[in-house]
Amino acid sequence: MSESFLVRGATLPTGERADILLDGGRIAEVGTVADAAGATVVDADGLVALPGLVDLHTHLREPGYEQSETVLTGTQAAAAGGFTAVFAMANTFPVADTAGVVEQELSLGEAAGYATVQPIGAVTVGLKGERLAELGAMAASRARVRVFSDDGFCVFDPLLMRRALEYVKAFDGVIAQHAQEPRLTQGAQMNEGALSGELGLAGWPAVAEESIIARDVLLAEHVGSRLHVCHVSTAGSVEVIRWAKARGIDVTAEVTPHHLLLTEDLVAGYDPRYKVNPPLRRQEDVEALRAALADGTIDIVATDHAPHPVEAKESEWDAAANGMVGLESALSVVQQAMVDSGLMGWADVARVLSETPARIGRLAGHGEPIAVGSAAELTLVDPAASSEFGTDRLAGRSVNSPYLGRRLPGRVVATFHRGVPTLLDGAVRPADEVAEASARLTDGGARG
Amino acid sequence: MRHLLSTRDLSRDEAIALLDVAEDMAAVQEREVKKLPTLRGRTVVNLFFEDSTRTRISFEAAAKRLSADVINFSAKGSSVSKGESLKDTAQTLQAMGADGVVIRHPSSGAPFTLATSGWIDAGVVNAGDGTHEHPTQALLDAFTMRRRLHGDASRGRDLDGVRVVVVGDILHSRVARSNVWLLETLGADVTLVAPPTLVPVDVSGWPATIEYDLDRALADGPDVVMMLRIQAERMHGAFFPNSREYARTWGLDDHRFAQLPETTMVMHPGPMNRGLEIAARAADSTQSTVREQVANGVSVRMAALYLLLSGERGEAR
Amino acid sequence: MRTVLQQADLERALTRIAHEILEANRGADDLVLLGIPTRGVALAERLARIVSRIAGVDVPAGALDVTMYRDDLGRNPIRATHPTEVPGDGIDGRVVVLVDDVLYSGRTIRAALDALADLGRARAVRLAVLVDRGHREFPIRADYVGKNLPSSTRERINVRLAEVDGEDAVTIEGGDE
Repeated sequence: MSESFLVRGATLPTGERADILLDGGRIAEVGTVADAAGATVVDADGLVALPGLVDLHTHLREPGYEQSETVLTGTQAAAAGGFTAVFAMANTFPVADTAGVVEQELSLGEAAGYATVQPIGAVTVGLKGERLAELGAMAASRARVRVFSDDGFCVFDPLLMRRALEYVKAFDGVIAQHAQEPRLTQGAQMNEGALSGELGLAGWPAVAEESIIARDVLLAEHVGSRLHVCHVSTAGSVEVIRWAKARGIDVTAEVTPHHLLLTEDLVAGYDPRYKVNPPLRRQEDVEALRAALADGTIDIVATDHAPHPVEAKESEWDAAANGMVGLESALSVVQQAMVDSGLMGWADVARVLSETPARIGRLAGHGEPIAVGSAAELTLVDPAASSEFGTDRLAGRSVNSPYLGRRLPGRVVATFHRGVPTLLDGAVRPADEVAEASARLTDGGARG
Repeated sequence: MRHLLSTRDLSRDEAIALLDVAEDMAAVQEREVKKLPTLRGRTVVNLFFEDSTRTRISFEAAAKRLSADVINFSAKGSSVSKGESLKDTAQTLQAMGADGVVIRHPSSGAPFTLATSGWIDAGVVNAGDGTHEHPTQALLDAFTMRRRLHGDASRGRDLDGVRVVVVGDILHSRVARSNVWLLETLGADVTLVAPPTLVPVDVSGWPATIEYDLDRALADGPDVVMMLRIQAERMHGAFFPNSREYARTWGLDDHRFAQLPETTMVMHPGPMNRGLEIAARAADSTQSTVREQVANGVSVRMAALYLLLSGERGEAR
Repeated sequence: MRTVLQQADLERALTRIAHEILEANRGADDLVLLGIPTRGVALAERLARIVSRIAGVDVPAGALDVTMYRDDLGRNPIRATHPTEVPGDGIDGRVVVLVDDVLYSGRTIRAALDALADLGRARAVRLAVLVDRGHREFPIRADYVGKNLPSSTRERINVRLAEVDGEDAVTIEGGDE
């Protein structure tokens, strides 16, 4: 396959129609491009071109849980979903709490070549919430870690949280908090409300999220630090974040695609595909989250892609694992919840799924506008497509998607990472081809 | 009926039909030959992931009196990993040719999962799941009320206008949930009495009145007072200060019992904590239905097994 | 649809059966009439009234539900059960006359014999039916028959009784007519 691509007749996020020439890992031309010699032409008539999507919250499971996902399969899922960079959460085994583990993660991503894998470091050793992990060493490592999170667990100890917020200022880091008051959520199984009472499932009250966010924004204000809130799920949390931003506190927040679309009613059938943490909430919460994403109170969409093996979900509700895969479906869900509903345009999608997550994570070479000189990170989506979401759309190792059997709009047609196609005509490119092209680029010193 | 998972999906006619069959089963229990050939050659598995000797022997007696083969499978403490065990166990039972599975499970919804997973063809009876439902208990309670109120003229009747006060740990009680839905379906008026810590946060959708003051709930002489068992572990979860205060505030003590009309039924699903939620005098009085509830449990479970397992399999409800 | 028995015919048939029962039993001693739900119960009660009037003594009637003893439970939708009501001192040593509306395959009566055995030891068991339509699948015959009605299996015999249906009539429908 050639090393340059001419994307013909795409619609840019701004709505203009343009040809885009990708060459040498960069965007070489945008506008009306005459035939470029040797370039493979990709017909993008009717397709929207977005800067390659960036996921600030992905669980790649490797090392340690390779039966669920590996860096290779997880980044293949990313490519299928239009993502060119993923931030890999730290809850692997061993936990990503040392420079060694994050560098290994980085290398695995480079070798696979499907997307930039940017490791997230653990805040505390072993995610145990007791002592700080070697944040500085991870920041100074080849992986250049800037985002730290104990995701899966809340950094609950207020003093430890304060210290972490303060410490990462030294290297412009950010703490991404999994906001969950542990005592209020002991044994919690679903959103606490009328339905949890009827189903007899232990409740996960909204206040357990909101109270931690409130505490953390005040801590961030006090020490003058940057705070990021993972997977905001309640209308009350939106209010707290809106208040904090109005006050000038340096806080950013993410919402998952599933919290923009699905509600707790799905739990009524006790199907563990809908078991996730934080849990699916009420319709009012979904609406508040959509409005907050549209008005900028919530900055970004992050997938919280959480693969699990079949047996972790084929069980009674209590015993099932929390989490859903989300990379492959994210853009379709955002299109349905935000674009087709008229709340956002494609330029906003580019902002919340590419530009801002790259900026929060301080990730260079991603989230750049589709303009000459930008890194060749590009996603082409067909917004007119509509199909039943099936396992054929899943490119990762796990199938715990809540959307199987559901009709979703839009379809990612092509993804380019560093100018290399990782997805073409809706099909993930073969691993050897992608790895080879990636290695060639790296040897050529064109790291994006 | 394909499965009996919840009282919530029983219509009034279905519920009354089941209670009427239970009347006929109860009549059989009074004869010398208490056995019926109805389920001969059918296999019923009592699959208990949680100890409950009382419920298990009630289902066992019911199945045996219908001539079914009964296999008791106690899966509690099984070394199989939690997630695998329900599916693996179900597939084992399927291979053994179980026609009916009576399941008791500590996780809410486990019977639902078993019935809808496709792991097994058998009819599933929920014998108590987590803090969700215990439908046969509610049915036997309704049966007991109906018999006390209407005697031999019970057949075909509902519980229209019967005032029922349910007292205790509503939050964790599967008995309370099943009763609330069934009693609503049968036309009774339900009042739930509990400390606010033991009521789910949002019960606005429940067809019941919530009351925190037991004396006020008992003041106008309800037809039925149902006392729920208070679990010892609740005392450690800060749901209430201690058992003394609980008994004083939410227990059916001698004084409260004495104030009740003589026609008020005193019910308890058992096993009772005498002196805690119920005084011995109330438990042993002629107003107490505790022993009838046990006997009626067998009849109601026979009816449930009959309705689940005797017709063509796979019949839609 | 064709009417085979009208109210007067039905009354006459029951009266004849009552006489035959008394004659065969040499009086009303130890007689118990048990109807098989639903319409057999009403017929048993009517028969008991007629027998009592002729004999001048009270002959008891009751109901025997055979649902739980059927051999076709797994082949049909679930059947509702009915109460079994055995009058007085039970059936031990008594002559039980089973009463049903239509005798067809004989499976109901087979179930009734099993059900009866679980209630006690009758000295003798007889069978009275309003209509015998043939097509037996068991070695069972009726001792007393209101009307023999050879029929095709495609036909449907409807027995309607005032107590249950608001009128007395036996009709036949379907088949090749």
